[in-house]
Amino acid sequence: MFQVRIHGRGGQGVVTGAEMLALAAFLEGRYSQAFPSFGSERMGAPVVAFCRISDQEIRLREPVTMPDALLIQDPTLLHQVDLFSGLSKSGFILINSGKSPDELGLSGLPYPEDHLLAFPATEIALKHIGRPLPNSSLLGGFCALTGEIGIDSLKEAIGRRFSGKTAKDNMAAAEASFTIVGESMHAATD
Amino acid sequence: MLQQIEGSRAIACGIALCRPEVVCAYPITPQTHIVEALSEMVRTGELENCEYINVESEFAALSVAIGASSAGARSYTATASQGLLYMAEAVYNAGGLGLPIVMTIGNRAIGAPINIWNDHSDSMALRDAGWIQLYAETNQEALDLHIQAFKLAEALSCPVMVCVDGFILTHAYEQIEIPEAGKVDAFLPPFDPVQVLDCMDPVSIGAMVGPEAFMEVRYLQHYKQLRALEMIPEIAKEFSEQFGRDSGGLARPYRIADAETVVVALGSVNGTVKDVVDEMREEGHLIGSLCVVSFRPFPLMEVRACLENSRRVVVLEKSFSVGLGGPLSDGVRKSLSGIALRGYTVIAGLGGRAITKKSLKGIFAKAEMDELELLNFLDLDHEIVARQIMRERETRRSGPIAENLLKSIGTVASRIA
Amino acid sequence: MSLQPVKFYQTGTFTVGNRLLDESLRTVQANMQRTNSLNSGHRACQGCGEALGARYAIDAAMRATKNRVIATNATGCLEVFSTPYPETSWQIPWMHSVFGNAASVATGIAAALKVKKKSDVRVIAQGGDGGTTDIGFACLSGMFERNDDVLYLCYDNEAYMNTGVQRSSATPPGARTATTPAVGIHPGNAFGTGKNLPLIAMAHQIPYVATASVANLHDLEAKVEKAMGICGARYIHIYVPCPLGWGSSPSDTIKVARLAVETGLFPLFEAEHGEIVSRIPIRNKVPVEEYLKLQKRFAHLFGEDRSAIAMIQEIADRNIRKFGLEEA
Repeated sequence: MFQVRIHGRGGQGVVTGAEMLALAAFLEGRYSQAFPSFGSERMGAPVVAFCRISDQEIRLREPVTMPDALLIQDPTLLHQVDLFSGLSKSGFILINSGKSPDELGLSGLPYPEDHLLAFPATEIALKHIGRPLPNSSLLGGFCALTGEIGIDSLKEAIGRRFSGKTAKDNMAAAEASFTIVGESMHAATD
Repeated sequence: MLQQIEGSRAIACGIALCRPEVVCAYPITPQTHIVEALSEMVRTGELENCEYINVESEFAALSVAIGASSAGARSYTATASQGLLYMAEAVYNAGGLGLPIVMTIGNRAIGAPINIWNDHSDSMALRDAGWIQLYAETNQEALDLHIQAFKLAEALSCPVMVCVDGFILTHAYEQIEIPEAGKVDAFLPPFDPVQVLDCMDPVSIGAMVGPEAFMEVRYLQHYKQLRALEMIPEIAKEFSEQFGRDSGGLARPYRIADAETVVVALGSVNGTVKDVVDEMREEGHLIGSLCVVSFRPFPLMEVRACLENSRRVVVLEKSFSVGLGGPLSDGVRKSLSGIALRGYTVIAGLGGRAITKKSLKGIFAKAEMDELELLNFLDLDHEIVARQIMRERETRRSGPIAENLLKSIGTVASRIA
Repeated sequence: MSLQPVKFYQTGTFTVGNRLLDESLRTVQANMQRTNSLNSGHRACQGCGEALGARYAIDAAMRATKNRVIATNATGCLEVFSTPYPETSWQIPWMHSVFGNAASVATGIAAALKVKKKSDVRVIAQGGDGGTTDIGFACLSGMFERNDDVLYLCYDNEAYMNTGVQRSSATPPGARTATTPAVGIHPGNAFGTGKNLPLIAMAHQIPYVATASVANLHDLEAKVEKAMGICGARYIHIYVPCPLGWGSSPSDTIKVARLAVETGLFPLFEAEHGEIVSRIPIRNKVPVEEYLKLQKRFAHLFGEDRSAIAMIQEIADRNIRKFGLEEA
């Protein structure tokens, strides 16, 4: 079972992100479960959503305390929330930031270097969608970083979630991010 | 059709397939998504021939359903928590009148302190109102139970609550099979009321009954529940035959054949319990579990049959009878009359406290060593409790408890579990 | 030359005598074909105004709908005296759920009838003043604002009579009840309290609101009949004396009700969509003492200090001004 935790702020769409990820897994014929952190938080408050992906039926109903991947929609959370709590030693971290992990002060983290990546998801969203909604970008990056979900499944999930131009723009943001993250991983391993 | 869908939305799809004629809605977290989805379905015409009424309170919601059901319409509403308590008088009334209303409870804690998260305090508070109470383990079962609930309610002329864990199920987005309309129509015949307000055949419903017959009216409510004990498995079997999956029934055992320790629980926590049972089995522990689906009527004989060969029972409760223990334990104990085995109550998950595999494993292991108290509290923070008790001892005006505790633990936004 | 209509009055009153009228103009109650919706044999007290009010109103509604009426009933005297198990006085489909939800249950029935396309069947909700102005107020207001197709009849006897005469928000100032006893410096119910439900109903802008009295039978029946011809939320507030609670003679029920109207204490009017469209003028204004002195609940006001009576007279005078009840 692969477990994902998405950290963001109320209004950024962590729940939608988790649900699109779960839908993409479903479209690949796998079992998945997305759920919010069950709060009554308003716009701007730190929020969390979870996603589990598995080849077997998922019976577990506890929150994701030991994630395999973290998606961080807002880097300002780094100083507020215990983001890395329970993250597996081989876990993946994807941060929405134009700064490098070093610049974000994350160089000392005990995770494999090629599992930790920051990229400007919001900027990519602005370019393709015209609005600062980093969800599709981050999920595209997730596909490249973890290989857990195929980019085509993600794009299909986006297509089911949204329609018309919104769907098209979000797919473009996911695709662009998939490429950018893929390239920077490639660069890191070179 | 298999869909990746939110639990609430799937339940709404299930309700719509049952073709309710009157739906009454009042918002309360966490059931709101269900009635929102139904509102949309009525407006788009996906759900035809249905009056959708936005009322001013939960008390009105159930009262409108009572009126509609008495006039022969298939009636549905949903609520949770404070809302269920606010409609309590009408809940008993619908039970006493024997009106086959189906109501979803998005199980949630009751204040004070105000809390929107999941536990079973709400439906447990109304457990003796003469309604059948079914608890869903999964969202698939939640959907399926609603279809079965209308059939059961109308066959017996008795209201049914389908209890669905708030957030944990209502807000979980997962794969759920949405049945075909034709299959549901074949399974669930149109509503044929046993009592109806009809100008051609006038009756008085809700007359005053004195001591000369009140006990008999109550007994007949119990008789319906006894009949439900027979009908629930029959309906579940018929459902399984027509829809190709098992949902509902009275209670479902899991790996109990040679189990020395059996965990009994209601609702969605059974999924986590099964994972723990599997892990502990792999480590050689003789443990199993029993998911009670029907809490009212309580299946005494089925529970007894599942427990009588074990050595101990751990009842995992998401509600708390303050001053005693847990309501599920009471039923389990009653089912074991004359059988000597150790019984432990574990109160867990109150107000949405996460019930983790790790904590369950720890407490089940202690149970196996018979190191538990009769009444236990999973993951209770004894330190902040002790600090508050001390504070109250030292200071007369110690202030509001909730505020003191929150000060003790600091900000909670960063906590995952 | 147009004929001037002839007015017939019974001796000493301004009520039209049925026997002098053409048969088509007589009241529903005077007609042998009346439905007796609330049949004889019920357990109401002698002189019960509520039993009269309910029978008049429901029979009139039955005639107006060709006997297609379903009624709900809040808990209260009417519910208790009409349906002592296993008997019922109701000749119509009737339902009692709980105290505070008669309006909501009626909404549910109306919804069921709509979905079943039985538009000829009409729904009436009934409650006493407690079930209407107090505990049932939220459900009633909800029914009004949704403009549900329900006629709500409030039988106002100005206190909780079923439980033994306790104050409600419809209890008039100065009245003695079990919870506003006639002792102390300010005996009886306090001045400056209570609510006027017909005016609150009007504030919901519903299609029809009216007040009526068991002393004005023609008027009461005409208002019910009119209400049954309208779709949407409707409200009629019927003044029904309670000999037991008011300490009046059972034989004086109609007289007391008539005096309430003629003093100006209970104005009779109709309103459509929040606007008053008609009122019954007072032909012969009577001082409030005449009304008060027939009722033991006001007996304590007749001591040396008569200031409370003067204050009640002020209320009556204000009503007359406000509702324009003085005959031109």
